[in-house]
Amino acid sequence: MKLIIAYIAPFKLEEIRDALKEAGVTGLSAGNIQGFGRQAGHTETYRGAEYEVDFVPKVRIEVLVDDTLAPTVISTIESTARTGSIGDGKIAVLPVEDVIRIRTGERGRDAL
Amino acid sequence: MDTGDTAWVLTSAALVLFMTPGLALFYGGMVRSKNVLAMLMKNYVAMGVVTITWIVIGFSLAFSGDVGGVIGNLNLWGMRDVGLENEIFGYTVPDNAFAMFQFMFAIITPALIAGAVAERIKFSAWVIFIAVWSLVVYAPMAHWVWGGGFIGVDLQAIDFAGGLVVHINAGVAALALVLVLGPRLGFRREVMRPHSLPLTVLGAGMLWFGWFGFNAGSALSAGGGAANAFLTTHVAAAVAATCWVIAEQMTHGKPTTLGFASGAVAGLVAITPAAGFVGPLSAIVIGAAAGFICFWALRLKFRFNFDDSLDVIAVHLVGGIIGALLLGLLAESRIGGRDGLFFGEPMQFVRQAASVAIAVGYSFVVSYVLARILHATIGLRPSEADERAGLDLTLHEEQGWVLAE
Repeated sequence: MKLIIAYIAPFKLEEIRDALKEAGVTGLSAGNIQGFGRQAGHTETYRGAEYEVDFVPKVRIEVLVDDTLAPTVISTIESTARTGSIGDGKIAVLPVEDVIRIRTGERGRDAL
Repeated sequence: MDTGDTAWVLTSAALVLFMTPGLALFYGGMVRSKNVLAMLMKNYVAMGVVTITWIVIGFSLAFSGDVGGVIGNLNLWGMRDVGLENEIFGYTVPDNAFAMFQFMFAIITPALIAGAVAERIKFSAWVIFIAVWSLVVYAPMAHWVWGGGFIGVDLQAIDFAGGLVVHINAGVAALALVLVLGPRLGFRREVMRPHSLPLTVLGAGMLWFGWFGFNAGSALSAGGGAANAFLTTHVAAAVAATCWVIAEQMTHGKPTTLGFASGAVAGLVAITPAAGFVGPLSAIVIGAAAGFICFWALRLKFRFNFDDSLDVIAVHLVGGIIGALLLGLLAESRIGGRDGLFFGEPMQFVRQAASVAIAVGYSFVVSYVLARILHATIGLRPSEADERAGLDLTLHEEQGWVLAE
């Protein structure tokens, strides 16, 4: 099993959710985060006072999938999130030791 | 007495009270999220504390009789004898309606100062400051200008709704308090962004709305004079907001929401002393001057390195001075019974300038001494750790934004 973490541009979230559903993913988590990467910050001006804001808003999505589905999920996120401009984000893939569905106590692939 | 006038003055008093919550939101949106409640509370508490100080002796000091042109007497302490008739003040509204209208001005004026000292003043020190200030600075100033004191009677300077009494007064006190208090930790090093501009814009809208009571209510009657003040108030706010964003567009390349809201307030400030004395074309001039000059004045705090956190000096002190002086040029007797320099009375400009100098001098000295006394006794500032953690938690044990249960 794999945990796939993707840092994406916020406006891509719904498109990625739809594409992943289409690809057979049955659930994911998403949260608003801030970060910086090669995409530098930006300037904000309030009453003439300029601030360099290093952190930009991003969305982090986490998907738990079976090993067989992982390549599809990765390529789906990659192709859907890509605009070709700086700030498209990153995908990380982590091995997962076990998954437990709390309600039923199912473990491993049954819990996905 | 006149029932129409009475209805309008009572309505206006409610409108003026509504400005203090508006001011709280205007300021509250501009601070960082860890200090939003502390900011709101410093405005709201004025509605409690100043009401009490004014019932006890404040109103009497400002409006009861006259001792040597400098202060009222204590005959109306506790508001006794301020009754249902118009025996004392002789307006076409009951004495208690006039008193209620004046109370709302006494409340919002110290609340204006709160923006300058945002994010770093103790609640206890603030409460004592505004309680004393409402009696030793605001009440005498109101007496001098409106209560039969020397600025109104002897000097013959005019101030329709509080350019001097409210805005210059609060703006100078803000400067004095900031000089004693010092800057926020991290001022000019850390990012100090407004945490919720929608709150600020909402607050600015409430201020604009309430200001119709502030200015048009100051006619103390429901006739053409009130309508003229209503008109000039709206025109100045609209023009100043527009000019402020034009100035932003020219200097930074982007018009901002905060700029539009700030410009509107600057225009409202500047027209306040003049609203019942000038016509709509003059209101355009005053609004434009406020929009451009107050925008320019934002840089003063960086030039002279004082942390006027939410620009009370640039908006209220500078805006108030613009209004008080332009009034000396643009007043027309066919509107408010007095002419300015452009209408044949050059002395009016001199009178206005003198009244500004007196207000600035008195308010600065007394506010500074009061701040120094508080600083040396109970202390003005919370600990550095408390300031860094945010005043909502450390002063009030609450959080403004609980994002997950």
